[in-house]
Amino acid sequence: LRKNVEDFTGPRERSDLGFVTFDITADILNEKKCMVFFLTCIHLQSIFDWNVKQLFLYLSAEYSTKNNALNQVVLWDKIMLRGDNPRLSLKDMKSKYFFFDDGNGLKGNRNITLTLSWNVVPNAGILPLVTGSGHVSVPFPDTYETTKSY
Amino acid sequence: LDFLDDVRRMNKRQLYYQVLNFGMIVSSALMIWKGLMVVTGSESPIVVVLSGSMEPAFHRGDLLFLTNRIEDPIRVGEIVVFRIEGREIPIVHRVLKIHEKQNGDIKFLTKGDNNAVDDRGLYKQGQHWLEKKDVVGRARGFVPYIGIVTILMNDYPKFKYAVLFLLGLFVLVHRE
Repeated sequence: LRKNVEDFTGPRERSDLGFVTFDITADILNEKKCMVFFLTCIHLQSIFDWNVKQLFLYLSAEYSTKNNALNQVVLWDKIMLRGDNPRLSLKDMKSKYFFFDDGNGLKGNRNITLTLSWNVVPNAGILPLVTGSGHVSVPFPDTYETTKSY
Repeated sequence: LDFLDDVRRMNKRQLYYQVLNFGMIVSSALMIWKGLMVVTGSESPIVVVLSGSMEPAFHRGDLLFLTNRIEDPIRVGEIVVFRIEGREIPIVHRVLKIHEKQNGDIKFLTKGDNNAVDDRGLYKQGQHWLEKKDVVGRARGFVPYIGIVTILMNDYPKFKYAVLFLLGLFVLVHRE
């Protein structure tokens, strides 16, 4: 489900706003196969070891536009503490943050790549950023939706 | 108070020796600090977290190790330490959005994990994005709690003077 709305004049004048809904199914604990329904599927072999305090997961959309060679927008994030249920099964999620483009580069953009990544926060030590393998490409339509949907 | 007797027993030469020793320790510390600045590329390679806006990852008093290498591109999800123009205190938050041009010019938006909204409200009046020049460094590693000493020294200046005084006394009086 994606549509463009050129309806907002925020601090950015009339930029494209995209709406994406998504499902995330992720099994962060062990080797059990997880279902890839719509989005990324991640296998993390015991990432929660004694030195991992939490994982900061985020779903980011990456794409190119005429204005900017590289754009990355975080659509959704979640903090997963050690001890939380490591299996995520979220359906029909709306993005947490407004997916504004810097300009009008979402219209007709065929190639928006959504990836799930996470930041491992240790009890003490290095803070690595890991990108999950697997990603989904979504295209945006060529026209704007002008009806207000809120 | 037998260390005071020791001081009285030292003659002038020994006293000068101790002072020089002290000077060497201070210089070495400064050199290590400057060396860290060169290696990491950051003007402030070690910072203390001052607020709770990144909880539960970082708490007040945690120590962060930064690098600021220009070759490292800024990407979403990274934890950056930045300074807002005109303000002294650096802020530690996560990158939420980036828009980068072909030539490498980049503008980005940040948000604290524990904050409900992004940082636009914190930026300067009229400023909507951060740029490379605002970045002090990227957080690469951290150690919890240790920075509490710095916070204590800032909040209670008497404590800072007491610590410095005791350190100085110890070095001056120590035999080796």
